Amino acid sequence: MSELKTVRQHNAQLVGESEWHEHPVDYRSYLRRCLYVFLAVLCTTALMIWISFLPHYGWPAKVGLILCVACVNAFLVAGLLMHLLSEKKMIYTLLAFVAVFFAGLMGLTIYAMHDMPLGTTFH
Amino acid sequence: MEIPYVVQPRPDTGIYNAKVGIWLFLASEVMLFGALFSAYVLLRVGAVPGEWPHGWQNLTLGTINTLVLATSAITTLLAWVACKVRQFGKFKFFHACTLLLALAFLCIKSEEYREHLTHYEIQLTDGRIAEGDMRENNPQNDYVVIDGRYVADEKELYDLRAQKDPKPEEIKIPRGQIKEMQNYGPWHNDYLALYFTLTGLHALHVLGGSIVIGFLWGPGRKLWETDPEHFTNRVEVSGLFWHFVDLVWIFLFPVLYLM
Repeated sequence: MSELKTVRQHNAQLVGESEWHEHPVDYRSYLRRCLYVFLAVLCTTALMIWISFLPHYGWPAKVGLILCVACVNAFLVAGLLMHLLSEKKMIYTLLAFVAVFFAGLMGLTIYAMHDMPLGTTFH
Repeated sequence: MEIPYVVQPRPDTGIYNAKVGIWLFLASEVMLFGALFSAYVLLRVGAVPGEWPHGWQNLTLGTINTLVLATSAITTLLAWVACKVRQFGKFKFFHACTLLLALAFLCIKSEEYREHLTHYEIQLTDGRIAEGDMRENNPQNDYVVIDGRYVADEKELYDLRAQKDPKPEEIKIPRGQIKEMQNYGPWHNDYLALYFTLTGLHALHVLGGSIVIGFLWGPGRKLWETDPEHFTNRVEVSGLFWHFVDLVWIFLFPVLYLM
């Protein structure tokens, strides 16, 4: 078995592919992907900074826009660099639980902001 | 005893065990940082209007750090790809790059901390406030010297972006005129407490990730000679953690530097 594995690994080395990975790993295509992601991260970072300096928008609008761009940035890193776009069902299930708990945490935060004692007055 | 499924995927999950483990760990990390972001939202929304700091961070250093971390995420991925195609020399090169970039990130972060810790707000007995970088604070002298400016009201200190680039000047203040003096450490206000907590915890993660990457680059690489696929999986797992660290920074940067 180990001999077989060695031969397979040797062959994999010759063709520049991995034996265990579900999809062949091609060095050049990864280099290209990395370059695109890096350029996209550069652009999104510049865009966030530009939005933060826009003169005619209030802070709530700016915060919303900046967070949207940050989410795009996060999607690029998680989807392409962490391979989340082509992961196993097990990982997606796990992340679904995380999403539910995270939404619950933020939901509680928003609920807490409006949970004032009876008789509270605002000036 | 042999540990099962360190290379081959487990039949029921379809992935090797360490990968399930790191994703479970990252799930707990999401909740950890989520709790701190939740604290940020609560304090930010609850702050008195106009009294939440803007423009208190060095945007240039923050942007450089964002690019440093993004580049390190790329080099981490390329190190893993190099392992996959069995080019160990390239793996060593890319992992060394990641380590150097991590070191650069921590150095820049330290510089930002130094800037905050040497920046002072001084309340004077006549009601004015002086703020600026401390230049001389020798306890034997009866004065302190700062590079800064005077303001009449504390509210002028909150939104630095709205002000036209205040030119600092050398100010010599006799100690007898000082009512209260405090640097911009985590004790200064809610914003700085959150800034130091969030970025400090993140920096600890960068440090921890660097130690793991350094181990794989140094003593841990012996595994490559006996079981390269197992070693490659270790590189992948450490890479997933590193990408998560980058992911956290993607949200920390706008929240603390831009909003």
